Amino acid sequence: MNGTGILKGLGVTLKHFIQTYVDDIRYGGRKYLGMENFEVRQGLKAQGAFTVQYPDEKIAVPERFRFVPFLVVNEDDHPDAPGKDWCTSCGICAKVCPPQCIWIVRSEDPVTKRPVPEPEAFFIDIDICMNCGYCAEFCPFDAIKMDHDYELADFDRTGTHIHDKPKLSKPYEYYYNIAPTTAAEEAQARGGWEHPDVIKAKKKSGEPVMEQPWFMLRAEDPEARARAEAERAAKAAAAAESTVSEADIAAERQARRAEALARHRAWAAKKN
Amino acid sequence: MTDQAIMPVPTEALDTQGAIDWLKDKYPEAVQDDTRQGYGGVVVDRSQLTKIAHAIRDDLGYDYLSSATAVDYLGISDHIEMVYHAYRTAGGPPLVFKAQTPRENAEIPSVVSVWPGADFQEREAYDLFGIQFSGHPNLKRILLWEGFDGHPMRKDWQEAYYEEEHKPFESRWPKGWVRRAEELNVFGKNVRYPADLDLSRLTDVSEDSLYKGMGLGVDVQEIVQEGEHIKTDRLIVNMGPHHPSTHGVFRMIAELDGETIEALEPVMGYLHRNHEKIGERNAWLMNIPFTDRLDYISSMGNNMGYVQAVEKLLAQGARYTPPTYRAEVIRVLMVELTRIVNHLWAIGFLLNDLGAFFTPALYAIAEREKVLDFFEATAGSRMMCNYMRFQGVAKDLPERIHSTAVTVNDKVRDYNTMEFLTELINERLPRSIDELDHFLTESEIIKTRAMGVGILPPEMAIAYSAAGPLLRASNVPYDVRRAEPYSIYPELDFDVCVRPNGDVYDRYLIRLDEMRESVRILKQVLQRLEATHGEDIFSGNKAIYMPRVPVGESYGRVENPKGELGFYCVSEGDPKGPQNPWRYHVRAPSFINLTPLGVMCKGHKVADVVVILGSIDIVLGETDR
Amino acid sequence: MSTLDLRELHDTEFPVPADMQNNVAITSLSKIYNWSRRSSLWPMLFGLACCAIEMIATAASRYDFSRFGMEVMRGSPRQSDLMIVSGTVTKKMVVPIVRLYNQMPEPKYVMAMGACASGGGPFKEGYNVVSGIDQYVPVDVYVPGCPPTPQALMYGLISLQKKFDGESLANLDDVPWYGVGPSDAVPIPVLGPDIIDPRQAELIRQQAMLAAQGLPFGRRELPAVAVPQPAVAPVEEKPAIAAASTETAEEIDPEKAARLAKREAALARKRAAKAAAEGNEG
Ligand code: SF4
Ligand code: SF4
Ligand code: SF4
Repeated sequence: MNGTGILKGLGVTLKHFIQTYVDDIRYGGRKYLGMENFEVRQGLKAQGAFTVQYPDEKIAVPERFRFVPFLVVNEDDHPDAPGKDWCTSCGICAKVCPPQCIWIVRSEDPVTKRPVPEPEAFFIDIDICMNCGYCAEFCPFDAIKMDHDYELADFDRTGTHIHDKPKLSKPYEYYYNIAPTTAAEEAQARGGWEHPDVIKAKKKSGEPVMEQPWFMLRAEDPEARARAEAERAAKAAAAAESTVSEADIAAERQARRAEALARHRAWAAKKN
Repeated sequence: MTDQAIMPVPTEALDTQGAIDWLKDKYPEAVQDDTRQGYGGVVVDRSQLTKIAHAIRDDLGYDYLSSATAVDYLGISDHIEMVYHAYRTAGGPPLVFKAQTPRENAEIPSVVSVWPGADFQEREAYDLFGIQFSGHPNLKRILLWEGFDGHPMRKDWQEAYYEEEHKPFESRWPKGWVRRAEELNVFGKNVRYPADLDLSRLTDVSEDSLYKGMGLGVDVQEIVQEGEHIKTDRLIVNMGPHHPSTHGVFRMIAELDGETIEALEPVMGYLHRNHEKIGERNAWLMNIPFTDRLDYISSMGNNMGYVQAVEKLLAQGARYTPPTYRAEVIRVLMVELTRIVNHLWAIGFLLNDLGAFFTPALYAIAEREKVLDFFEATAGSRMMCNYMRFQGVAKDLPERIHSTAVTVNDKVRDYNTMEFLTELINERLPRSIDELDHFLTESEIIKTRAMGVGILPPEMAIAYSAAGPLLRASNVPYDVRRAEPYSIYPELDFDVCVRPNGDVYDRYLIRLDEMRESVRILKQVLQRLEATHGEDIFSGNKAIYMPRVPVGESYGRVENPKGELGFYCVSEGDPKGPQNPWRYHVRAPSFINLTPLGVMCKGHKVADVVVILGSIDIVLGETDR
Repeated sequence: MSTLDLRELHDTEFPVPADMQNNVAITSLSKIYNWSRRSSLWPMLFGLACCAIEMIATAASRYDFSRFGMEVMRGSPRQSDLMIVSGTVTKKMVVPIVRLYNQMPEPKYVMAMGACASGGGPFKEGYNVVSGIDQYVPVDVYVPGCPPTPQALMYGLISLQKKFDGESLANLDDVPWYGVGPSDAVPIPVLGPDIIDPRQAELIRQQAMLAAQGLPFGRRELPAVAVPQPAVAPVEEKPAIAAASTETAEEIDPEKAARLAKREAALARKRAAKAAAEGNEG
């Protein structure tokens, strides 16, 4: 009979319509409360409306989620090397990056002119980055990782959309928090929770490697923290005692930078 | 020549080598083996190309021209070459033949008279390589605009932002002071003008030439009087590129007689992102995420096509190990899920075009979200999966689909992956496919609008190189998964769906059928997934980011949801030099499936055009590349 | 244009201190005005590339931006307030985009969704790709990502709403369509041998002259070394001609300056007329 097909179709829409209310009743008004309900609502058992009430609730992104990359650095109170970059400026990420949006300036020793395994500057143009994750995948030092923070919208791009090193650097603790399983797998592959070079050095010298990432140790063991603090204070005092003052260090850094710039200029001139 | 004419026509289908021998016997002075290292097929003298093409189609039975593309061998042998891949619809490997022309005044006879499906592909080669195709009925630019300076795919043509011939660029490391490319250009834009540019004599001819191609001036509105019929105006209507029903930035120019389409010409290039030019600057690995952005609804399928093409090349070298079994299983899992996602999307938006504004599309997208959740958890991104690698996949499936809270108000979910998949495949997807079926198939409105509209007869579908659901809805049971099997498809049990009528309704139905077949495949894949749990997903050294690809050519093709997706790759690098594709060509189903659009629309009403277009199911990222 | 002069709103009987004069009556009016605008923002149904798919996903039932009053996606630019540039802008496509933008009635906003629309994206180096839609039309919000997930896009939309909230009727620069009428149309680019922005015609001519003399042209000579923070620091030593380049240096954008000057002039005229009227009365 003519029209039955349409009626059948309308039946489906009606079912969807009713389901919304059945679903509301099923939750007894607590549909938008509690993690449990959220999990069901956003999963395969979902029926009826399954809208995410952004920004009041957000779907947390899964571990492997890729947005723009960031650089892993040690925590500020890390006992061995506070705030140290994991990146050794080996350049692999810049080479493998498909749209070539990573710029790295390798540090040089001011005296010997030998490269120092540490980036002097690190830029990622997020207006080019395609969030592909190659940099994170191929970095041999687990130093660059894909961030989960997608809330980056802003009103101007000229000044903000090239992420530089301070903006890119995030502590290891942050990385562990966004991707605990992956971090653990990687730590296992490295043979410890520290930077691969540190692990290598420690293994060589027979020092024990950290059993856990530093921020966990510190949380578990307040003594360790105190010890680290004290050590750092002592170091700082020693530094203060020595003749090198803050200003001197700053001046030296300035000189180094000027020198690097000059070198770069020469290099660029030669290239042209 | 007379003795050639009496050569017997082969009675039964010859295999590829047999076909080549037969060709060489018949045209001894015009057909040579392609003896370059890593190459196959024959090189045909261009002056006899059309004749030989006829023989290939009629005598040897290669009735389906899959791909026709050009390669510029500047600095290697300094000629331009057209490469044709012809297949038999009965299945089997391709016959590859090539025609060479000098770079200056490049000219090759057109094969459109043999395979009309070469139409757009030859126009593309003309546009990007500047080859003149003598005998082509409508040779004009297709992706760029009329008046563009030069032919950009030639190796000596450089972009405004040209930096170096190959990636990685030197300026990135170790002295990588960041520079936006705009800053280096006086205009602050991605532009480059020829030295003899004269603004005062500049006219924008891009539009006029489009309309002229229809055989008409721009403002034609001549009144036609036809006996006792009502007076109708003949007029030209432009649709797109900004039009809600053109699935992106697609444009059509139609010549109407009253409400009836007399002629219709697709106009494209509004999303021409220079995929191939960038692909030739890229290293091999870098192209995988770029393929995501071809058919951005089914990125996994694109990954698969590309890695297979490159694996074929890699396999010619030493130290290559094929992907492990589990990797293949995961690949098929991903590809088939993608197929379902794509068809859901296609059906939803076909209904949109039919006027069922958004309700079916919303239902379809709702199901898509579930699959995307799985993709996001496994590959890291909802759409741009970048998941497959040469010799394997990027990562194994995670144990749990699991998230952690980062931003405020984040809510966490945690499911077991295998349970999630099992439920998705066994319950959720079949249910929603059935629901769509209930919802739409019987509807009288859809039947009236879709039945008998946009008919593409089987012979025409083959001649026009249509692929995928478009071809199979026209009663041609051709599916690359069966015709030239790859991955683990030979051991999987599924049918190639066909529908007899070749109209819009059949194209809708065949998508439902294919989704059901995909579910069937997925169920078999699930068992294999469980059986191979914990096995390797990668063979070889995963840390290699600049794989050495042996010299040669390869054509890898897969059955993508939208049709046959092919990648033609040429590797020419010396083993110590940069490792980049010399040629990287995408045989895009969305692009080639549009060739018969004009024919299909002829005689229908304007409102049917969007429906016919919707039933082809194009994605502009792939059409324009 | 409008007969309502906003400044009259704070000519109340009560003496208002001079430094508060622009604020008292208008703040609450602005609030209502902004609230109604931000809650009925109609985007244009307009997709360019991959990002458009995520935009549709955002409009669909799971993320559903109709919760913000944006459910009506209009196919016609004349009915929409917001253009979401969702995807790669090619040179061929930028011509229609500028046309569409010109056809939108004010107040109009532009959102650059994704890396491509913001700054060229992964395809930036391509010969047919525009490196950022902001080279042709002004952009209000940039949403990075490739593609931005629906949640990222929604964050961008909320940011745009915040931008509305920051606007005040007291400041005619925020609401120019009340002050001096619609802003000027953006000149439509021409497809020549490469895309030609009419605003750069002079510069192009100069470069063509250089080329005719056989001098190097087309590339900008930069100081051999980059400034350590080029991300923020604009190029200091610009060649003289670069002043005409509108993009890299916002401050000296002549087109914008011209528009500002025009607006200033119109305001001055208005003020003069008002003063004259008051003079007559008094
Ligand atoms: S690959 Fe890793 S270590 Fe090497 S430069 Fe990049 S971030 Fe640094
Ligand atoms: S995610 Fe991809 S595009 Fe972005 S910086 Fe890393 S390698 Fe480059
Ligand atoms: S930003 Fe990425 S996802 Fe968006 S259009 Fe560009 S390439 Fe596609």
